[in-house]
Amino acid sequence: MKLVAQGLGWKAAGRAIVQGVDLDLVPGETFGLIGPNGSGKSTLLRLIAGLLPRAQGQVWLDGTPLHRMPRREIARRIALVSQHADTTETLTVRDAVELGRTPWLSAFSPFSDLDRQIVDDALDAVEMRHLAGQGWPSLSGGERQRVQIARALAQRPRLLILDEPTNHLDIHHQLALLRLVAGLDMTVVMALHDLNQAMGCDRVGVMQGGRMVACGRPADVISTALLSETFRVGARILTDPADDSLLYRFHMLENDG
Amino acid sequence: MSGATASLRALAAVSAGGLAVLMLAVMAGIVIGEAPLPLSAVLEVLSVRLFGADTLLDPIDAGIIWNYRLPRTLVAASCGAALSLSGLVLQSLVRNALADPYLLGVSAGASTGAVAVTILGVGGELIEHFRRCLCRCGAGLSDRRAAGARGGRRGGADGAGGHRRVAAFQRADVLFIAKSANAEQARGIMFWLLGNLSGVRWPDVTLAVPIAVLGFAACLIHARALDAFSFGTESAASLGVPVRRVQLVLIGAVTLMAAVMVSLVGAIGFVGLVIPHAMRFVVGVRHFRLIPATALAGAVFLIAADIVSRMLIAGQVVPIGVVTALVGAPGFAIILIRNRARA
Ligand SMILES: Nc1ncnc2c1ncn2[C@@H]1O[C@H](COP(=O)(O)OP(=O)(O)OP(=O)(O)O)[C@@H](O)[C@H]1O
Ligand SMILES: [Mg+2]
Repeated sequence: MKLVAQGLGWKAAGRAIVQGVDLDLVPGETFGLIGPNGSGKSTLLRLIAGLLPRAQGQVWLDGTPLHRMPRREIARRIALVSQHADTTETLTVRDAVELGRTPWLSAFSPFSDLDRQIVDDALDAVEMRHLAGQGWPSLSGGERQRVQIARALAQRPRLLILDEPTNHLDIHHQLALLRLVAGLDMTVVMALHDLNQAMGCDRVGVMQGGRMVACGRPADVISTALLSETFRVGARILTDPADDSLLYRFHMLENDG
Repeated sequence: MSGATASLRALAAVSAGGLAVLMLAVMAGIVIGEAPLPLSAVLEVLSVRLFGADTLLDPIDAGIIWNYRLPRTLVAASCGAALSLSGLVLQSLVRNALADPYLLGVSAGASTGAVAVTILGVGGELIEHFRRCLCRCGAGLSDRRAAGARGGRRGGADGAGGHRRVAAFQRADVLFIAKSANAEQARGIMFWLLGNLSGVRWPDVTLAVPIAVLGFAACLIHARALDAFSFGTESAASLGVPVRRVQLVLIGAVTLMAAVMVSLVGAIGFVGLVIPHAMRFVVGVRHFRLIPATALAGAVFLIAADIVSRMLIAGQVVPIGVVTALVGAPGFAIILIRNRARA
């Protein structure tokens, strides 16, 4: 699915949190969003999903303006895993994943075998099937994160928006998630903090102070100059002899603290 | 295909079971009382009235059954269902907007009006009205609190319960004026604040039952949407729920239900808080099951509370609000403790 955004902006309490962001997502690509804390990544992701009131700018999905589409139609195309989704309800893992079918079901249409299959597949994809009956409050942080991702997968979207999806995940599940995302035949936009993981994206956008200051192929964008300016760290770029991929090793800048 | 038929059959069976339980409760509400009436008499009156059969029954007994016990029980059932559904819907809508478990407890107990103000930002005029009502019924409130205290531990119930009572009174007040309530219902603020079913007659039934049924239908239609609120309003929106519209419709339905019931029988506390939480425990958190279960349990609970209120002290009717507080106050305490433990 093709998503085009122009002049995206959002203000809170008179302060511009995000401003003037243009974005053009190529169908099927994996787009990484990087930037320091508070640079507006989460806000931008919610703008793309059409979830913020009083937004500036415009988003088009396959040529249709997002604000003209009913929420249900948007939800059939875009799924979002936000950074802090949580609940005090004692729903089970399966209940939570079944929520992903909401945009596809009317008020009274019962769950079909297909819906059940989709939910099972989503649970399998994040290796949570064996915990399907467990209650939400007793899940670990990483398990909750994986359930949220399964819920988004069960939505069968064409654009998947993930806000720091590797948060809380152990290294196995981080890699499993990245491989899962790479194998999905949908467009993915995700905010990431691990720059080495961002290297695996097709393209990355760099947020700083609410603006997208750079956008392009990771190897072109993530330079030592950018790292010192935007992230205030120094880095040495190493090459893995096994496959010639680039690796970053970070350190504090000399003149910093 | 066969799976769908099976689940349809299960649904029909559960619905029939629920209706049967409700009928039994209504029968119990008619039969049990200071003047116990045999079930056969009740059935006879019903068949006379509904199917025009002949009868040899004592006209006084028939009068008690038809003009007094039956409408009273039906209104009690409607009130119980409507109030517990109101509580359930508010808890589901507000829960994540105020993620803090303490606030959760408060908002769960808070009034329709107060929540409408929070969510929809209804103007200051309403708040001013609240305040004036608060002053006017301050005396009644402190009495009510004493009653609550007698009922058991209050926990943090004061704030929430107080708000609800005030709001309930405010709505009652509005409808009171609008409807110019009859003398029977206007027997005093105390009775209003504690709930009173003794003035109930048939015209009340024709208002209470349709409102409860409509409210139930409105909630049930939104069962899936309510599920989607589990992770908050933004998550609901990203799942395709038109959040604003659902909030408006449901809060409208809930306000109407609560307002009508309060106008008929006064404020009956704790039902909307305790019943939904108890039902979550029994049938789980999915609203397609939770809504019918809550409505049924609320109806049965209030019929039972009404029976107890008539039977507790011989020759005297204890206000039904005191009875619900006897169960509700400890129930509220348990909910607060459970919520705190989970946080
Ligand atoms: N509703 C709001 N009201 C006021 N300020 C807000 C609001 N939402 C976000 N902000 C501010 O906007 C800035 C950007 O927030 P955002 O969550 O988009 O950052 P982020 O890039 O996702 O950060 P992180 O890496 O920590 O997740 C922050 O400084 C935050 O405090
Ligand atoms: Mg963020």
